[in-house]
Amino acid sequence: MAEQITFIIGSILALGAGFIVVTNRNLFHGALALMISFLGVAAIYLSLDAGFLAAAQLLIYIGAISILIIFAIMLTRRMMQTTEDPFNSQFLLALAASVTVFAILFSAIVYVWPLTASNSVPLAAKTAVADAVLQDTVVNLGSAFVGADGYVIPFELASILLLAAMVGAIIVAWPKPEDVA
Amino acid sequence: MIPLSWYLIVAALLFSMGLYGVFARRNAVAILMSVELMLNAVNINLVAFWRYLAPDQVTGMAWAIFVLTVAAAEAAVGLALIISVYRNRDSVVAEELDLLKN
Repeated sequence: MAEQITFIIGSILALGAGFIVVTNRNLFHGALALMISFLGVAAIYLSLDAGFLAAAQLLIYIGAISILIIFAIMLTRRMMQTTEDPFNSQFLLALAASVTVFAILFSAIVYVWPLTASNSVPLAAKTAVADAVLQDTVVNLGSAFVGADGYVIPFELASILLLAAMVGAIIVAWPKPEDVA
Repeated sequence: MIPLSWYLIVAALLFSMGLYGVFARRNAVAILMSVELMLNAVNINLVAFWRYLAPDQVTGMAWAIFVLTVAAAEAAVGLALIISVYRNRDSVVAEELDLLKN
């Protein structure tokens, strides 16, 4: 029961705030709504027994990426004007395209996994072994990331990617020498 | 428990909304925010499939965390680019950025 409630609250937050993000005129309100949407996604992770990912979502998305976006909005302040049209001339075409994508995804989903209760029980709940596995997901994840037969190389590559992105972001956003003086 | 398809439908809705934002918004920061929504939708899918189909393996979680990492890198570089463009062109409207057109 708790999972259902968490899932419903999370979905409403994620989708409602996401709708505000894509339609709001005021970009700053959009960024705040984006934080709420991330919170809803974190709640969805919680309902999926992925507590570690929910915490990572809170830290990385709400704590870091949202703040970065708010900084960018404030640094490009002139664009915060709410009188301008937030959408470009092709918004009807875009609406048609995204509705089509959703229709295709929806039909594919309900074709493979019908909305009935037949597949509502995850495989994990059927075996006691899987229950025990779920207990130490974080332990498994940690040993998978740094274990020799796991994801060591992707893990290290991810850290290099983050370093490169950080250096690249600093260099790209560095003011030109004549601007500093 | 909730049927798997509910998670997939929520993720599909979030993805489609993000797609609409990417196509239709004029402000580059808003486009980036929509891309973040789409990445979140993909992550919901990954975690839901992990939980329902392969909970005894860490692959789904590991992928979700890699997506998170790449999203962080993408946001940092993307916002730096937007700030740089704003300095040079005094605008962050996507359709006014036609430097490569002429």
